[in-house]
Amino acid sequence: MTYLRNNWWKLLGVLLLLYVIAGGLLFEAPQLPVIRETVRNIYFHVGMWFSMMFILFMALIFSLRYLRYFRPEDDLKALSAVKTGLVFGTLGLFTGMVWAHNTWGSFWVNDPKLNGAAVGMLTYLAYMVLRGSVDDADKKARLAAVYNVFAFVLFFVFIMILPRLAQDSIHPGIDGNPALSTGDLDPRMRKVFFPAIAGWMIMAWWIFRIYYRITLLRKGLEELNEND
Amino acid sequence: MPGEINTMIRKELTLEWRQKFAFNGVLLYLVSTVFVCYLSFSGIIDVPTWNSLFWVIMLFAAINASLKSFIQERDGRLLYYYTLLKPQAVINAKIVYNALLMTTLSLTGLFVYIAFLGNPVQNPVLFIFNLVLGVIGFSSVLSMVSAIASKARNNFTLMAVLSFPLVLPLLLVLIRVSAAAIDGAALREQAPNLLVVLLLIAITMVLSNILFPYIWKE
Repeated sequence: MTYLRNNWWKLLGVLLLLYVIAGGLLFEAPQLPVIRETVRNIYFHVGMWFSMMFILFMALIFSLRYLRYFRPEDDLKALSAVKTGLVFGTLGLFTGMVWAHNTWGSFWVNDPKLNGAAVGMLTYLAYMVLRGSVDDADKKARLAAVYNVFAFVLFFVFIMILPRLAQDSIHPGIDGNPALSTGDLDPRMRKVFFPAIAGWMIMAWWIFRIYYRITLLRKGLEELNEND
Repeated sequence: MPGEINTMIRKELTLEWRQKFAFNGVLLYLVSTVFVCYLSFSGIIDVPTWNSLFWVIMLFAAINASLKSFIQERDGRLLYYYTLLKPQAVINAKIVYNALLMTTLSLTGLFVYIAFLGNPVQNPVLFIFNLVLGVIGFSSVLSMVSAIASKARNNFTLMAVLSFPLVLPLLLVLIRVSAAAIDGAALREQAPNLLVVLLLIAITMVLSNILFPYIWKE
C-alpha cells in the first residue's frame, strides 16, 4: 500500500490511458471527409508531441539547474529526459506518417510543421552525438547543458514562429502550435482528448524516471568496475 | 568591455591579414564549389534551383569559415585571454569578426556565382541586404557552435551535425526572402521576414552572451 500511496500517479496514468484506448476506439467521433475514422489518431499522435515537448522542457530545466549548481545528477536527468523525448518524438513521427499516408497520400509532405518536427529530432540526435564525442565527464556535462539550452530556445522559436509565417500549411492548427489550438476540436472528442494528453504526459514522466534510474545504475556499475 | 571587444577584433583582423589563412582557404573552397556547380548544373539550372544552390554553398562556406574561429586557438592562448578578458568580450569579438569575414566572402562568392551561373536577380538591393543579414545570422549561431565543437573530438563532423538543425530555421527564411528578391519584391513587402531574421540574430546573441562563460572555463 505504501508503494501505491507514493506512486498513485502511475496508476492514474495507466487508468487514463486504458480509458483513452477504449474510449478513443469506441466512442463516437465526427465523420469528416477524407479523414473519416482516422481522426481517432489525434488521441495518440498529438499526445506524443505534447509529451515530447513536456519532457524536453523538463530537460531544459535540468540543464539550467546543472549550469546553476553543477550537480552531476542534474546532467544525468537532462540526458534521460532527452532520451525519453527522442522516444516520444519518434513515435510522434511514426503516428503522423501513418496518418499522413492515409489522408494526404504520402508519408511525408513538405510542410513547415513537419519540417519543424524533423529539425527538432535532428537537434536532439546532435545532442547525443555531442555527448558521445567528449571524454571528460565534467566537460561533457557542461557542453551538453549549454547546447541543450541553446538548441531548445532556437527549436522553440522555430516551431512557434516559422509555421505562422508560411501561409501554406496543410497540417491543422492555425496558431502555429497544432497541439494547443483546441478551438477546432469537436466537443465530442474533448472527453477523450484531454485525458489522453494527461495520460501520455504521465507515461513520459514515468519512462523518464526509469531511464534515469538505469543511467544511475549504469554509472555506478562503471565506477565499480574502474575501482577493481 | 567595448574596449576589450575592439582589441579582440583588431587582433583577429591583424592575425587574418598576416596569415590570410581563413580567408584564402574558404575563398578557394567557395570558388571550387561554384565551379563544380557550374560544371554539373550549367544549362539545366532554373531560377529556384539557382537560389537554393547559392544558399547551400553559402551555408557550407560559413561552416568552414567559422570552424576555425575557436579551433585555431591553442589552449595556452585561451588561458591567456582568460586572465585578460571577460568571456563576453571574446564571444562578441568572434561573432563580429566572423560576420565581417563572411560578409566579404559571401559578396565575393556572389560575384563568382553570378559570373558562372548568370544573374536572375531583379531586386539586387533586397538580395544583398538579405545576404548580409543572413551571414551575420550564420556567424552568430556558428561562432557559439564552433566554441562547443572545439572542446570535443572530431570537431569538423561535430560542427556540421550540431549546426545544421540550429541554422535551418534561419536558412529557410533567408531562402524565402531571396526568392522574393529574385522575383523583384520590394523591401517593404519582405519586412516581416527580415524582422524574423533580426529576431533570430538577437536571440542567438543573447544566448551566446549568457552561455559562453560556461564553456569557456576548463
